[in-house]
Amino acid sequence: MRKLLAKVAVIGIIGAVSGLAIADPETDKANFQNFFKDKFSSTEFQDFANGVYSIDPASRAQWEEIEEFPPYEIAIEEGERLYNTKFKNGKGYASCLENGGMEISHTYPRFDTKKAKVVTLAQEVNACRKANGEKPLKYKKGKMASILAYLAYSSRGKVFDIKIPNAAAEAAYEDGKKFYYARRGQLNMACAHCHVDNSGNRIRADLLSPSLGHTTHFPVYRSKWGGMGTLHRRFAGCNKQVRAKPFKAQSKEYRNLEYFLTYMSNGIEANGPGVRK
Amino acid sequence: MAKNSIKIKAKNKGEKTEVKALIKHNMETGLRKNKKTGEKIPPHFIQEVKCEHNGSVVFTANWGIAVSKNPYLSFKFTGGNKGDTITVSWVDNKGKTDSNSTKVK
Amino acid sequence: MTMKRRTFLKNTFATGVLGVAVGAGLLKPSDVLAAWPESAFAAKSLEDALSGLNAGSASDSGKIKIKAPDIAENGAVVPITVSTDMSGVEKISVLVEQNPQPLAASFDLTSKCDGFISTRIKMGKTSDVVAVVQAGGKSYKAKKTVKVTIGGCGG
Repeated sequence: MRKLLAKVAVIGIIGAVSGLAIADPETDKANFQNFFKDKFSSTEFQDFANGVYSIDPASRAQWEEIEEFPPYEIAIEEGERLYNTKFKNGKGYASCLENGGMEISHTYPRFDTKKAKVVTLAQEVNACRKANGEKPLKYKKGKMASILAYLAYSSRGKVFDIKIPNAAAEAAYEDGKKFYYARRGQLNMACAHCHVDNSGNRIRADLLSPSLGHTTHFPVYRSKWGGMGTLHRRFAGCNKQVRAKPFKAQSKEYRNLEYFLTYMSNGIEANGPGVRK
Repeated sequence: MAKNSIKIKAKNKGEKTEVKALIKHNMETGLRKNKKTGEKIPPHFIQEVKCEHNGSVVFTANWGIAVSKNPYLSFKFTGGNKGDTITVSWVDNKGKTDSNSTKVK
Repeated sequence: MTMKRRTFLKNTFATGVLGVAVGAGLLKPSDVLAAWPESAFAAKSLEDALSGLNAGSASDSGKIKIKAPDIAENGAVVPITVSTDMSGVEKISVLVEQNPQPLAASFDLTSKCDGFISTRIKMGKTSDVVAVVQAGGKSYKAKKTVKVTIGGCGG
């Protein structure tokens, strides 16, 4: 394992450094997307939304079998039921969210210019609960994941077009970008080492997915979890895997990371909720 | 009873009716240990799934602990028409049951 | 109701009441859907599981198609499809030789059914997946090796 990681770390330097070059977000995105388009030249742009399944026929075949009747359908149904259940005060989520919550999942995360921070749909769900006298839901799995699955499903096929409206937003974007390229943990690796430089390579039997399209299929049913999980649940898991201390779900760090990553996948159609190993 | 655990898709394709079912159930093997207490989590899995076409049993699944969590099954049969009723029911080793029906599309 | 049902299942298997009725021509095999095959599921070896299914003398058959991945993405959820064109299929069973209890599932088909089943199973490690088809009083089998690996990103 150590030899494998040493190789990965050495190869990683060049790509990681070039990603940190100062440029505006649009240029960053073009460079980011072109890198993957060149590296995986036979992959159709929209197929990047399918992660490893866009680059590995053997696992794609298994994924297609599971997509015949994917386990996340249970969560979508549960999410719809939860979403349509009124609060104790008689109001519902639809009264808080834009367009009643339908077809808006792909417009998140957003930079809230008044609050000067990145806001996620999960936070909007809990803000709605709070405003109506209900306790907040936990952010990694369970009911929140089911509600997000239902909301994500209504955005399927809609193209991501995350905006960076002002300087404060760009600062949050840069913060997320820095996180992405920074080494962390005992294994001293950055997200970019695995998902940019070593995308398409293997760590033992795991094929590393390209970062382009990473965020589009969340929340996700993972066979490993035996259930649904949110993007921030996955971030925490990845950080733990390089023996780095994970941040809390919906922490500033993870929200800014989500902002950067989702922006990098602008142009890709939302395909949540998803199923992965 | 709890909200329904069974989702069914029944579609006619030419002469055949294709039935797919997805069931929400932990399918606990009894081999896992509670990480905190170290005690074995008792087995809790679906043993039998009965599938009926217009009230007659057409297919039965006998399951053990090695069927995946949130289990799936699919089968095909002849003689099904659009609008016919497909019913799927299960019984687990604790005696819990659930049942759901759908119409063939 | 539930206790009675479980006792009923245990007794029918143990005393072979259904077997006697079939032999006397009272019930056609296709009308009798077997109770849960307890000894087959409890068996710890492939041979014992096959015996428990009354398929101990199953012969290899090229007419059984097993669709399963060469390398399972995740051993907890392995999609398996077994199909055959044989006529009169009564039972299709799926066994994982290296699992602590090899019998994973056994499906009882009526005469209306195609010889086709699809499900998702758990595999503890690399193993042969054995499909058994029982038709017209005879048993047939086929197998496919499915590799189960340890993931690299911490599993």
